[in-house]
Amino acid sequence: MSLLAAQTQGFLSPTGVEIAFLLVGIVTLGAAVVTVTTKQLVHAALWLVVALGGLAVEYLLLTAEFIAWVQVLIYVGSVIVLLLFGLMLTRAPIGRSPDADSGNRWVALGVAVAAAAALVWVVVDAFRATWIDLDGPARGTTEVSGRMLFRHWVLPFEGLSVLLLAALVGAIVLSRLRKDTEEKR
Amino acid sequence: MTDVLDVVWRLLAVFVAFLVLPLVVGQTEHKVMAHMQGRLGPMRAGGFHGWAQLVADGVKFAQKEDVVPAGADRKVFQLAPAVALLPYLLVLVAIPVGPGDAVGQHVDAGVFFVLAVMGVGVLGSLMGGWASANKFSLLGGLRTAAQLLAYELPMLLAAASVAMAAGTVSLTGILDGFQWWWLPWQIVGALVFFTAGLAELQRPPFDMPVADSEIIFGAYTEYTGIRFALFLLAEYAGIVVLCGLTTVLFLGGWHGPAGIEGLGWLWTLLKTALLAFVVIWLRVSYPRLREDQLQKLAWTVLIPLALAQIALTGVVKVVIS
Repeated sequence: MSLLAAQTQGFLSPTGVEIAFLLVGIVTLGAAVVTVTTKQLVHAALWLVVALGGLAVEYLLLTAEFIAWVQVLIYVGSVIVLLLFGLMLTRAPIGRSPDADSGNRWVALGVAVAAAAALVWVVVDAFRATWIDLDGPARGTTEVSGRMLFRHWVLPFEGLSVLLLAALVGAIVLSRLRKDTEEKR
Repeated sequence: MTDVLDVVWRLLAVFVAFLVLPLVVGQTEHKVMAHMQGRLGPMRAGGFHGWAQLVADGVKFAQKEDVVPAGADRKVFQLAPAVALLPYLLVLVAIPVGPGDAVGQHVDAGVFFVLAVMGVGVLGSLMGGWASANKFSLLGGLRTAAQLLAYELPMLLAAASVAMAAGTVSLTGILDGFQWWWLPWQIVGALVFFTAGLAELQRPPFDMPVADSEIIFGAYTEYTGIRFALFLLAEYAGIVVLCGLTTVLFLGGWHGPAGIEGLGWLWTLLKTALLAFVVIWLRVSYPRLREDQLQKLAWTVLIPLALAQIALTGVVKVVIS
């Protein structure tokens, strides 16, 4: 089916959705690059909002509506708020942070490029020229995602739940431990 | 062509509702508070019953100089009110007011959409609080963030309970499946949802992050004129959205008693208005919760209650199916 789709689709006559997908992708990439290069800490967090929001739009364009909203709910709504909370609690100066420059920047760049290359290679190898049929029945609705998740991916799902639970319990234990030792002093 | 026209009409209708309903809530708040607290001020402007008070407020806000503090981060400071206000406009698009097609846009994962987008609005307060370069604003922003983190979870869990009961996460789907006995079945979830929603909007009694007498209006200390008015408008739009959502999720939306189905949208508006009145009523009658009490209420009362509601929903669902 994918082969057939590849034959009917060309790279030279893009549809509106494909153009939108590319443009949003460029914006997302740009925001992500600014996030790691800006010297203003809070601005970095805010650019991360743009990058993660752009990703949500990409999911939406790929008809994965449920995943898109969960992306907004978890990453934009909660993770970023937590990040900003942490920044405001510790250090969030207006303007440039002189210590925001890391000596590891070239190593970090190498790791980032390697990770990106590996991911792009895997994705390209897995999907090649598969096209999503936008006119057919939606393939990323909540119902479809739910069926996939709980029929084929139950074990990883449960494994993740246990991992998160362990992290939760660990965080509580750590925070209480310090309180106890302070009281003993 | 008719499709495009249809979409334009719907968006226009949602936009008009977005412009009108928050102002109606604002005016109602003036009047209800004036009556409940015996205030004379809001009863004078324009003559009869102080009908022009809201207009006067609007003129006042528009006239004031729009000041940006010298030490502030200008761009973030100026962008913050828009970030606070726009999410509520987006949420209104997905709230069904009547049976069938009386909704701005059918969203497949409606419950997730509205909760996700509502959560984004808080970023506006955080941005404003940080960019003001004022320690009270920063503290207010911090409190806002802590409050959001605490109350997002019970709100989600309560909404998930309804989605479980209906077997769908689409808002229109939930209303299509609504039965009257869902009301007593989901009543705990409804209370948790409404309370957590109030806290997310930072309405009294959960207004510690923006308490004017204690932290001089928190994240909004440095705002004046039209930008301050936008933050206020965001609060009222939030009330409309919260009451509309509670109506749709827990009170049956356009379903009325005795099967008067033709006037569906009227029921939705009526229930929403009633809830908005309760929001205002709570503001004038409840003392403010302290910051630690705020956190304690969310983590030790609301979340266990929401989890119990989910368990109850699951058990009943299995028994009746």
